[in-house]
Amino acid sequence: MKLNEEEQDILAGHQGPVPQTALRHQIKVGEFFGAADFVPVTQAHIMADTESLGEAGVQWLEGLAAEKTGRRRVRIPTITDPRGTDFAKAAFLRHTKAMLTLEERAITAFVKLGVLMTNTCINYQTVQPATRNEHVAYGDTGVVIYSNSVCGARSNFEGGPSALSAGITGRTPRYGFHLPQKRLATLHVHVDDTPETLNEWGALGGVIGRIAGNYWAVPVIEGIGERGGAPGSDALKHFGAAMASFGSIALYHLVGLTPEASRLADVAPDVKALPSHRVTRADFESLQLSYHTTDEVDVVVFSAPQLSLHELRDVAALCEGRQFKKPLIAITSPQVKPDCDRMGFTQTIEAAGGQVLSGMCFYQSYAREMADAHGWKRLATNSAKLVNILGGYGYQPMLGSMEACVEAAATGRLA
Amino acid sequence: MSGGHTKAKTFIARHAMGKAVRGEALVAKDGFSARYDLDRINGVFSRPAHKLVGQSYVNKVLILDAAKGGVATAWMLLEMQSRGVVPLAIVLNSVNPIIAQGAALGDVPLLAGFDVDITQAIAHGATVEIDPVRRALTVL
Repeated sequence: MKLNEEEQDILAGHQGPVPQTALRHQIKVGEFFGAADFVPVTQAHIMADTESLGEAGVQWLEGLAAEKTGRRRVRIPTITDPRGTDFAKAAFLRHTKAMLTLEERAITAFVKLGVLMTNTCINYQTVQPATRNEHVAYGDTGVVIYSNSVCGARSNFEGGPSALSAGITGRTPRYGFHLPQKRLATLHVHVDDTPETLNEWGALGGVIGRIAGNYWAVPVIEGIGERGGAPGSDALKHFGAAMASFGSIALYHLVGLTPEASRLADVAPDVKALPSHRVTRADFESLQLSYHTTDEVDVVVFSAPQLSLHELRDVAALCEGRQFKKPLIAITSPQVKPDCDRMGFTQTIEAAGGQVLSGMCFYQSYAREMADAHGWKRLATNSAKLVNILGGYGYQPMLGSMEACVEAAATGRLA
Repeated sequence: MSGGHTKAKTFIARHAMGKAVRGEALVAKDGFSARYDLDRINGVFSRPAHKLVGQSYVNKVLILDAAKGGVATAWMLLEMQSRGVVPLAIVLNSVNPIIAQGAALGDVPLLAGFDVDITQAIAHGATVEIDPVRRALTVL
């Protein structure tokens, strides 16, 4: 990679061991992908729950945080994805002392590095969305696909070590979706029916993710919003998060809706040369049905991504006056939770027997250990992303509407 | 691209990093995500729909189709390496940044991008050698 004077200075260790370690890591990745040089970034977002980090990852962070020489703090606003617990609800979750201690150690290290503990995977709804053509280094696939597609920002999937490195050096290797030519469509999808519910949006995202199939694929999608107007932020949140989860996709275009695709030709100059697919309502309903393996439910979870205030308003309305037989968990960000409390949504959900948690996400919070501790296996959710992930954690996850999931908490059965 | 002498067959990757290793290949036309697919405590594939479900990946050369899923693999390979419950190397048709970032941090050899479908070219159980400097996978 071509390094400028400052980058050579960092690599030589003149700014201290922390920036040097960060740049070395970035060069390894950049050279792997054939990056010509670095591009300056304005924000970074770090996925670093302690289930992923483990003892080894926390020790790595602590090593950076303990460094006495040179500059160790991040140089651009650098924020965090959900943590591995909600300390206020750790007893309910049956998180152990060891889990909490590891979490505290990671937080201490991040704070010493100057990282802002926002603990959210919906920063584009709650902290600060990236703008068109803004180069950023975001972790969490849902954040990246939303920022690239809906905001028109430029980011690759930046895992925790790389996002932290970008925060420290203020740059990232210029490859992938930082390059204009990589943002053009590689496949064309026509959707016959626009989804109506968040679970349907997620299921449609999952179907397109499976079709597209790999990180470098960029679907351009027609047919969305032709009747009934443009989808809202929560719909596209579930759509993109599921597409990223099922297919590792980081960018899509909706013709006439997302900023880089005012017209099909903007992102697909020769659309006839692209593979073409048609997706019907039957396809995304079939994906949802494929997860409906039983009617019995042990736990209901609203998470992945964290809920917006609007979603919590809807959950609370459905919980009004109910008494749940099964646990219901709704998870949001630390930015939304105070409003959720203030508007009375938390009280309504918890009066019905539910729990409102913040700053974590279900699958990033020791999901396997929670399943063992609580005897949870059959899990109902309206998140397509969550059902895709939790099979690997020993759950039998089922996808349903928000209404059906709340009903399942009351009756123990998913219709 | 393939070549070599009469017994060994070599495949050249477009992307490579890490140290040279030799071991048994665990092959499937399926994806890879440390968070989605693995029981990392016991060292086996755990996602029910995965073609390698129940099989141990420890000290095996994983030969799979595409990197999938979320960003957790970027941390998890380091954690798996620290406990010795880690693949010997990972070989993919299609790579994403996360697996490259994880391999860089966790010191796991990684090859990706071939002119053939590498999951069809290598037999399950074959002994293979990975040489990232030459970007080469050789069937022994």
